[in-house]
Amino acid sequence: MRSSSAQALFGSGRPVVIPFLTAGFPSRRTFLEAAQIAHAAGAAALEIGMPFSDPLADGPAIQHSSQGALAAGMTLEGVFDLAATVRARLPIPLFLMGYLNPVLRLGMERFARMAKAAGVAGTIIPDCPVEEAAAWVRCSRRQDLENIFLIAPTSSEERIRRIDRRSTSFSYCVSVAGVTGARRAVTRSTRDYLARVRRVAQKPYVVGFGIARPEHIRALRGLADGFVVGSALVPLLEERNSGLVKAGRLIRGLVRAAE
Amino acid sequence: MPAKASHRRPLYLRRPDRRGRFGAYGGRYVPETLIPALDQLAADFERAWKDKSFRAEYARWLAEFAGRPTPLYHAANLSRRLGRGQIYLKREDLNHTGSHKLNNTIGQILLAVRQGKRRIIAETGAGQHGVATATVAALFGLICDVYMGAVDVARQAPNVERMRLLGARVIPVTTGAQTLKDATSEAIRDWVANVETTYYVIGSVVGPHPYPYMVREFQRVIGREARAQALRQCGHLPDTLVACVGGGSNAIGLFTDFLPDTKVEMIGVEAGGCGRRSGQHAASLTAGTVGVLHGSMSYLLQDQYGQVTVPHSISAGLDYPGVGPEHSFLRDSGRVRYLSVTDKDALAAFEMLARTEGILPALESAHAIAALSHLPGNKSGRRLIVVCLSGRGDKDLATVMEQNHA
Repeated sequence: MRSSSAQALFGSGRPVVIPFLTAGFPSRRTFLEAAQIAHAAGAAALEIGMPFSDPLADGPAIQHSSQGALAAGMTLEGVFDLAATVRARLPIPLFLMGYLNPVLRLGMERFARMAKAAGVAGTIIPDCPVEEAAAWVRCSRRQDLENIFLIAPTSSEERIRRIDRRSTSFSYCVSVAGVTGARRAVTRSTRDYLARVRRVAQKPYVVGFGIARPEHIRALRGLADGFVVGSALVPLLEERNSGLVKAGRLIRGLVRAAE
Repeated sequence: MPAKASHRRPLYLRRPDRRGRFGAYGGRYVPETLIPALDQLAADFERAWKDKSFRAEYARWLAEFAGRPTPLYHAANLSRRLGRGQIYLKREDLNHTGSHKLNNTIGQILLAVRQGKRRIIAETGAGQHGVATATVAALFGLICDVYMGAVDVARQAPNVERMRLLGARVIPVTTGAQTLKDATSEAIRDWVANVETTYYVIGSVVGPHPYPYMVREFQRVIGREARAQALRQCGHLPDTLVACVGGGSNAIGLFTDFLPDTKVEMIGVEAGGCGRRSGQHAASLTAGTVGVLHGSMSYLLQDQYGQVTVPHSISAGLDYPGVGPEHSFLRDSGRVRYLSVTDKDALAAFEMLARTEGILPALESAHAIAALSHLPGNKSGRRLIVVCLSGRGDKDLATVMEQNHA
């Protein structure tokens, strides 16, 4: 599937679940197994984290997974290699999420070409807001890669409109002002904010940051087109025995809640 | 601004552009959550900086609380010893709390009060910015949390104690190398989570726009005073300015008002650590490459994969892999020359200034003193050199003693 698969994501009208997995964490093998299990559990797409030394938008769990992957020698080439492997096995779109500096270091053109060659559908770069994205948007468009920009609870309606226009196929709403990390409950203000996005956004959007339990998704029913789960998976992936099974169960529970 | 005018005026004399760029450097590479707060801050700073009453209040706190103007001191003994010309020290170490950092924290906290923010956060390496922030937060009755790498908490114990006495909470950061880089990342994460109620006081000319520009404006007082003092005391402008560069706020502060004086030579001194070839240094301008860290594009220390590498300096205040974007611009334009000196040279300079002038400099400032030996000799002795003595060395005694007994 090509980039059209990103649009096809929301074709059924039912909200989708997108697990986030840091490339190469806790090991190459477990990462690949986790991707397989996520797909089997009903994941509609995968977000693959590109590890970075200074992940500003991430809380302790994702930071820990990034550090672990870097310590094990993960590089962007390694990320592309893993993405291509997953892509060959699973018929779902893959999105890369990571910070701008490694992309710049590799070279935007080269990054875009390699991402395309690996079968990636698009990218999410949290430290590259729409104002700074012109060069990257040009490069990714040439390779037919999707650009998914972030919307935050602090974004004004005008900004939401602008981000929605710049995102291709869908946007990514950060559920709370804060970094990634599992949270206990979904608050009223998150619902109000997503209702505001719903009024303004023309394209679909997914919600991430803090989505860890089926009840979070149930609490946001009707307010989003998809849900991203990341931090809640990190400790499970590190569990020796039944961790992967638990991760699969968690994703399946989230998928059911979304249906 | 019309294109013609920009031809007449060198770019470095202007403000950063609308996107907060000094040429190719600067910008705002931060999570979306912070963008509205940065827009607000830029607008509020602009308004305040044009407001005479804000300026007057800022000047009053600088005079009555910080103790400005700081002297421009003729270091006659050091001048004789080195034979490079007449060396004058801009005594930022004589500011209340012992460094130039107070100029900036007074300005930013006045702005925070204007914005109605009740909680202040900051990052600190050597602790000087942390102490300055904790001090002004105490003065204005604000809650203050300071992020500090766990390694720095250990090596800068007196400043940690001072912050605590001033009522601030010092939060040790145990991720990464546990130094300033990691403290900065953690402070940004805190700000992302608490942006509605919290003001983040960045301690140098780094970070997303408007910080590099705003901190420059608050630190310009150093150069403005030094310029007037040189004219009054010596009858002419300095030939050479020297300042250390970690993030680069004392250097930008000294340089800015001299930038139009094209005959004034400017030298920024980075931390060469164990030597640039060792890989153990913090010399981002002289040995780094362009990248994005902590919200702006600038030179930085990174590996071939774009991962930010762990810097090294004997001075906790210079132990940072990035540098202010305006310095990157000044480097490329050739207006300022940047060089690095080693830990060893800085320690020798620390002792030399103590012995010749009775002044213990901060290890940061000792780098600037050490660079004087790199200047050509001056037989007539008429060359006028102004060095920014950015801070005092009491906080570094443990480090210096450890090195002397090693």
